[in-house]
Amino acid sequence: MRLATRRRFAWLAVLSPPLIWTLLFMIVPYTIMFAYSFFRKEGFSFIPDLQFGNYAALLLDPQYSQVLLRTLKIATMVSLAALILAYPLAYFLAFKVRWARLRLFLYMAVIVPLWVSYLLRAYTWKTILGSEGVLNSFLVWSGILSEPTHLFLYNQFAMVLTLTYIFIPFMVMPIYTALEKIPRSLIEVSGDLGVGPSHTFFRVTLPLSVPGILAGFTFTFCLAFGDFIAPALVGGPTGTMVANVVQSQFGVSFNWPLGGAISIVMLAIVLTIISISDRFERAGRLDLG
Amino acid sequence: MTDRTAIPDPHPLHHSMRQRRRDMSTIGLGAIAAVVLLFLYLPIVVLVIFSFNDNTVTTLPLKGFTLVWYQHLLANGEMLTAVGNSLHVASFATVLTILIGVPAAFALDRADFPGKNIFRRIVVLPLTLPGIITGISMLNLFRMLGFNLSLTTVILGHGTALVAIVVTQVYARLQRFNRRLEEASDDLGAKPWQTFFLVTLPNIRSALIGSGLLAFTLSFDEIPVTFFLTGRDNTLPMYIYSTLRRGITPEINAIGTIIVAVSLVIILMSVRLLRKDNEFDQ
Amino acid sequence: MNILEIEHLTKMFAGGVTAVNDVSFGLAEGEFVTLLGPSGCGKTTMLRMIAGFESPDRGRILLGGRDVTDDPPHRRQVNTVFQDYALFPHMNVTQNVGYGLRIAGVPRSEIATRVRESLAMVDLLDKATATPAQLSGGQRQRVALARAIIRQPKVLLLDEPLSALDVKLREAMQVELKHLHQKLGITFILVTHDQKEALVMSDRVIVVDRGRIVQSGTPAELYEHPESPYVADFIGTSNLIRATFVGNEDGHHVTAFGGKQIRAKRGIRSFEPGGGILLAIRPEKVLLAKLANATTWNHFSGTVVETLFQGNILRLKLALGGGESFVIDLPLQSPRDRIEAPDVGTEVELAVDPANVIVFASDGRP
Repeated sequence: MRLATRRRFAWLAVLSPPLIWTLLFMIVPYTIMFAYSFFRKEGFSFIPDLQFGNYAALLLDPQYSQVLLRTLKIATMVSLAALILAYPLAYFLAFKVRWARLRLFLYMAVIVPLWVSYLLRAYTWKTILGSEGVLNSFLVWSGILSEPTHLFLYNQFAMVLTLTYIFIPFMVMPIYTALEKIPRSLIEVSGDLGVGPSHTFFRVTLPLSVPGILAGFTFTFCLAFGDFIAPALVGGPTGTMVANVVQSQFGVSFNWPLGGAISIVMLAIVLTIISISDRFERAGRLDLG
Repeated sequence: MTDRTAIPDPHPLHHSMRQRRRDMSTIGLGAIAAVVLLFLYLPIVVLVIFSFNDNTVTTLPLKGFTLVWYQHLLANGEMLTAVGNSLHVASFATVLTILIGVPAAFALDRADFPGKNIFRRIVVLPLTLPGIITGISMLNLFRMLGFNLSLTTVILGHGTALVAIVVTQVYARLQRFNRRLEEASDDLGAKPWQTFFLVTLPNIRSALIGSGLLAFTLSFDEIPVTFFLTGRDNTLPMYIYSTLRRGITPEINAIGTIIVAVSLVIILMSVRLLRKDNEFDQ
Repeated sequence: MNILEIEHLTKMFAGGVTAVNDVSFGLAEGEFVTLLGPSGCGKTTMLRMIAGFESPDRGRILLGGRDVTDDPPHRRQVNTVFQDYALFPHMNVTQNVGYGLRIAGVPRSEIATRVRESLAMVDLLDKATATPAQLSGGQRQRVALARAIIRQPKVLLLDEPLSALDVKLREAMQVELKHLHQKLGITFILVTHDQKEALVMSDRVIVVDRGRIVQSGTPAELYEHPESPYVADFIGTSNLIRATFVGNEDGHHVTAFGGKQIRAKRGIRSFEPGGGILLAIRPEKVLLAKLANATTWNHFSGTVVETLFQGNILRLKLALGGGESFVIDLPLQSPRDRIEAPDVGTEVELAVDPANVIVFASDGRP
């Protein structure tokens, strides 16, 4: 009937701006980058080609493969650290704070730092951890150290610390949301059936909060994995991450095909993690009918 | 007078032990929560304090209160231009995210079309995708098309990276939205565009404003995408970033504090707006 | 000419489900018609197609003689009262009720007057500035009504409007709706699964089952002359007993079950002697034999299995000679009736007038 077809045409009109945009600014660019990753660099120009040399370099040349492994390691450490710090906070907010007003206030207190510039929050750690920074001057003043130390800054420790700090709110949000959604009756039933509080937590609460954990973990891991700012600010020579390598390929090193190849590999890793997380999330979704 | 509502406790001793254990876990968790919150705010507090500190180096002990860094800030023409550029970019980018994101959210909520799943995943991808990849891929595109890098390319980059925020928020709101309201409006004689502006839009206002504000704030602070798409004009984060590479100047603390203050205002504004709109939640 | 004419309406949904299957009926102006059926029978889909929210796959809808099948809802002179009322939460009562007039471009002063009239008609003038969140369920329903009738539609559609109200309020609203209908004089189409509601309010009831019209008629017609076991047990309750057809005997069918011969009302259908049939007997039409005085009545016996006190009646569940379950309703005029009613385990003699035994073919078809 004509009414239904008219409606379908209307939807097509609504859908076309986002569709065109996605096509033009996401699908086409990824395709171009993919094509570029097979090009060859000769001198100062990039020759269209279909060769896997760039990928080989990334995976086999220790100069690059080590950075990739280091980045994966750091991203994992950051995600775990953020999880360990964020979960108790989220749990406390969801279960232990009785007054709704206070809970909202504390939740906002966790979210507010997110709205403050990421760059600034990373930068302040530089000022805090530096040899002339707050931490050192405090330790010297209090007598714990006789002179400032360089141990805190320009290394992987500083990077993990900074990135963990950045991502704690991102971890709290989905976990809190997941914990809040758990019907209190489920926990009460567990207690009613004679299960103690810690057992209830491990058997009931924790499994039901897994979708939140997955969401936060995925988000934190992917973004920490692809970050180049924290390494540049506080990472020092041993803190180079794969995104910095890419950055230099499009900068001083001037090797766009290599940069493209590394980007494609990063994209592939992120997509893999997202789809694994999706599968687990769907399996563990709480279906209350 | 006996309290008729009190139920006699069958296990008084057991109850107080349970209560004590529960209190201990509350205190323990509360302590951890407090520590984490302090950890979250330490850098911000440091930032604010040192912006008023009379010292070119951020080190203890504090030297004295001064507004000199703020004065330097206002005299720094380059930084002020960068702020203007950031505002320009953020405004246009936010408009783009709304113009693109709202139709996308509606289409995902209501229409069925081939490739819908793939489309949804791609649109939402930039949320978890490191900005560097968005930036580089669009750089490739512009280079291939022969476009010069400028604030316009930055705006397009921000739009692409941030549209997902509007889509997810508006989509979530639409899922909770009672479509019968639109049918009622249709039933009462309103044409589709009238229904949209008189019924649908007022009810998704909170999601629209919230996500718009968030997109604006994130655009203002955006670095990875901007890094690869910037031409001659700098945005504020790019300016700060290049300054930081050269060394720390206390003016950074000043601008940082101002950004913190403005962010707080924006958050309070959006929370108040959200609370007003939540009354309409059906 | 009928105000509404439905011709061969068919609607299929994804998955091969046929919600509405070749339905045709007509409505005269000013009628109160109810589409009655269980959940999922297609009655709501029919209503939505009349309103314009769904498009039929086949068939036509004519409103006042005009084909409106391809018209979107905002072009049809039909208004709907939704099951969940669908009041605009961001507008108050006055703005909600006046919305349709505002869209139509009616001048503001006139809107104000007509809104007042509408609210007065549903007895809600004192809530003119309240928001939907501040109203009770019953009040919201009246706002939805006022909002729908203010545009003076040709047909008013009501989608289970009373299902969310509790019993007392529902019964009061049923009467109020009937009065409103009489006052306004416009055609009402009500959709409900509550057969009691249908009987109270309607001029005509259309019984729907799995997308098809099963029977259409006045409430009395449907109750006293059901054309299928489905209708016999859906409107009110009926005991359905499997029996054998024996023959015809001066104006009655003769049937047999459990070894007894039962005389039934003679209908137009003819049956094969020895063939299987279904007997429909309403619980309230059966009396304890000691209380029945006509000798022409059928007699049969059963054992009481359960007694259910329902306040105004005592419902007895019995097992008949052949093990079939049977229900009778005994009116309780006084507490003695309840006390002296048969206990569980007793065998009782029952009697029923042959005119109250209806015969159907065993396949259930009328």
